[in-house]
Amino acid sequence: MNEILELKNLAPEINLLKLNVPLITQKAKAGQFVVLRINEEGERIPMSITDLNPETGILTIIFQEVGKTTAHLAILKKGDVLADVVGPLGIPTHMKNFGTCVCVGGGIGIAPIHFVAKTLKQAGNKVISIIGARSKNLLILEEEMRNLSDELLISTDDGSYGHHGFVTDLLTQLLSKKVKVDFIMAIGPVVMMRAVCKVTAPWGIKTVVSLNPIMVDATGMCGACRVTVGGKTKFACVDGPDFDGHQVDFDELIKRQAMYLKQEKIAMERFTRKFGGKTKQGVGR
Amino acid sequence: MNAKDKLKIPRQKMPEQGPKERIKNFREVPFGYTPELAMEEAQRCLQCKKPICIDGCPVEINIPEFIRLIAEGEFIAAAKELKKTNSLPAICGRVCPQEDQCEKVCVLAKKYEPVAIGHLERFAADYEREQGEMEIPQIAPPTGKKVAIVGSGPAGLTLAGDLIKLGHQVTIFEALHKTGGVLVYGIPEFRLPKSIVQAEVDYLAKLGVEIKTSFVIGKLWTIDELFSQGYQAVFIGTGAGLPNFMHIPGENLNGIYSANEYLTRSNLMKAYSFPEYDTPIFSGKNVAVLGGGNTAMDSVRTALRLGAENAYILYRRSRKEMPARIDEIHHAEQEGVQFHLLTTPIKYNGTEDGWVTSMECLKMKLGEPDASGRRRPVPIEGSNFTMRVDTVVVAIGNSSNPLVPQTTPGLEVNKWGNIIADPETGRTSREGMWAGGDIVTGGATVILAAGAGKKAAKDIHRYLENL
Repeated sequence: MNEILELKNLAPEINLLKLNVPLITQKAKAGQFVVLRINEEGERIPMSITDLNPETGILTIIFQEVGKTTAHLAILKKGDVLADVVGPLGIPTHMKNFGTCVCVGGGIGIAPIHFVAKTLKQAGNKVISIIGARSKNLLILEEEMRNLSDELLISTDDGSYGHHGFVTDLLTQLLSKKVKVDFIMAIGPVVMMRAVCKVTAPWGIKTVVSLNPIMVDATGMCGACRVTVGGKTKFACVDGPDFDGHQVDFDELIKRQAMYLKQEKIAMERFTRKFGGKTKQGVGR
Repeated sequence: MNAKDKLKIPRQKMPEQGPKERIKNFREVPFGYTPELAMEEAQRCLQCKKPICIDGCPVEINIPEFIRLIAEGEFIAAAKELKKTNSLPAICGRVCPQEDQCEKVCVLAKKYEPVAIGHLERFAADYEREQGEMEIPQIAPPTGKKVAIVGSGPAGLTLAGDLIKLGHQVTIFEALHKTGGVLVYGIPEFRLPKSIVQAEVDYLAKLGVEIKTSFVIGKLWTIDELFSQGYQAVFIGTGAGLPNFMHIPGENLNGIYSANEYLTRSNLMKAYSFPEYDTPIFSGKNVAVLGGGNTAMDSVRTALRLGAENAYILYRRSRKEMPARIDEIHHAEQEGVQFHLLTTPIKYNGTEDGWVTSMECLKMKLGEPDASGRRRPVPIEGSNFTMRVDTVVVAIGNSSNPLVPQTTPGLEVNKWGNIIADPETGRTSREGMWAGGDIVTGGATVILAAGAGKKAAKDIHRYLENL
């Protein structure tokens, strides 16, 4: 249990991790997450699920190296065993045949939107996917998303591939074409989710976002992951992570996510001193 | 020694780290009795014919008997006597509110100071543990019955110990990566060393209790799935749930923690050893802790150890109503905690980028008694004042954890989400399911949870025998 079956680099600072966690794959559904801890000194970090296979017991996670723990994760090897993999946590994304769904994924958010889009498709929906990244070389899962979507639209911030601009441009164009959309799911950086919700609000289309606040226990005990939704405090680990995007206080979430920037820098510098030469890339930013 | 001579012996103080020294470390504050001190203190017990102290103990330890054994130097025998009714004496000796239980009713308490029952309990348990191998007790022949325990806090650990000795197969499912529940994530090292909790867990493992950590019941398996996995009885001891907040403006600013989070980061995740341990904690120079319970005292004393220059307790009632143990309030005072009683925050102010900088407070006065029998705090109009703070810890209690009730059809809960269970047996509305500890009572004490585990163990045993 908990051993790494595969760990490979997909794009700069983006890695794919396959874990042997048979029990979790029996239960996990799209929209849920797991918590990982690398070793005894490790922190507990929540990770979205990209895919899973209950028959093989393999759980797939795609993660970006954004700090010490993810940088450490990136230099582990096949056969290494993580101290803890806890899950599935959170409430699964509400699934039904909505009709036409738009799945918007930005950056690393394409990984979890992949699982949601796949499940929406299985539930009989027409799925239009819009994925975007800063640049072409950072765009992940393009082929997978193309295969499972009825239509796939792509944007890059620098124009190196697809539409030159943001996913929200493509979404605005799509909605302006009077395509009837029944449900929108957006996962990505908070600024992207906020922008998507701004676009969809005037259209009155239900827009669900998956929030990623800082968590510690992630089982409904500590209260670190509180977010304001519709003016009320909610706990993303047990009330979410999915919330009605039109109700979310994104500005508060952005500030709360930045709470430990100083400590994250200290941890990263310390890690780089220790493992600097061995890391693949991205370490020491 | 006759009673008159006994009365002449003063209550023996337990040596402890001085306040100036101890606020710089997380090591345990009291050192414990030496054998000499313990025997001297044990002499004070009058060995009452009708020992009412036993009625004051939620798990009915035979108090005069274990104290008599200590007085005679039979320390191991004293520990064994304790373990007949209390599986966790080293823990309870440290964290029980003895002044409200056994020591409160000690006959000496009326005219003199009560026998230091808690200190003696701790001494005997520590003595036994430090002697090395704890003896494995007689275990009944296997019954072939399987019991699942959800949560490894004081209720679950107590229950596990009792049922394994009766020959049942016992598995504990713990959601966190460490066993012990509140004993490891909540209570700080300086009040309850984690090595002591680990020793208790190791002991249970040695008796044959199976422990599965990082296993979230209600998510990975439901309670009903435990039955389909072959468990015939399930005990739910999932403990405290989501923290309560005051719902005042600015409460989600950075720097404002729930006590659960603050203590979990420090205790379970060892954030006080950051960056050796990965988990960070922000603890500023001016730290205000809201609340008057033991959790508030644990938080404020943690803040001092994390480097606070000013550590405040804000409590909306007066000292008399504070639910914390007198010892803990006393320790906090010694360490320099500043108490703002009859005070409550009404609003937080912060920076552009979302960090708390100050809080607006109101002074209170005590009005008529409320439903809890304590005098209700009433705001004094116009008494507003502002305090500079960079860290706030909200320690005003918890609500219940929703994971098990949400996924267990037919399991009745009250309006706060606490599981309804028979106080005498722990039985719930569902056949084969018991519950106890904070998930039933709301935030309470370690010994009450242990007591609930004890009662449920008896009832589960009866139930399994008749299956």
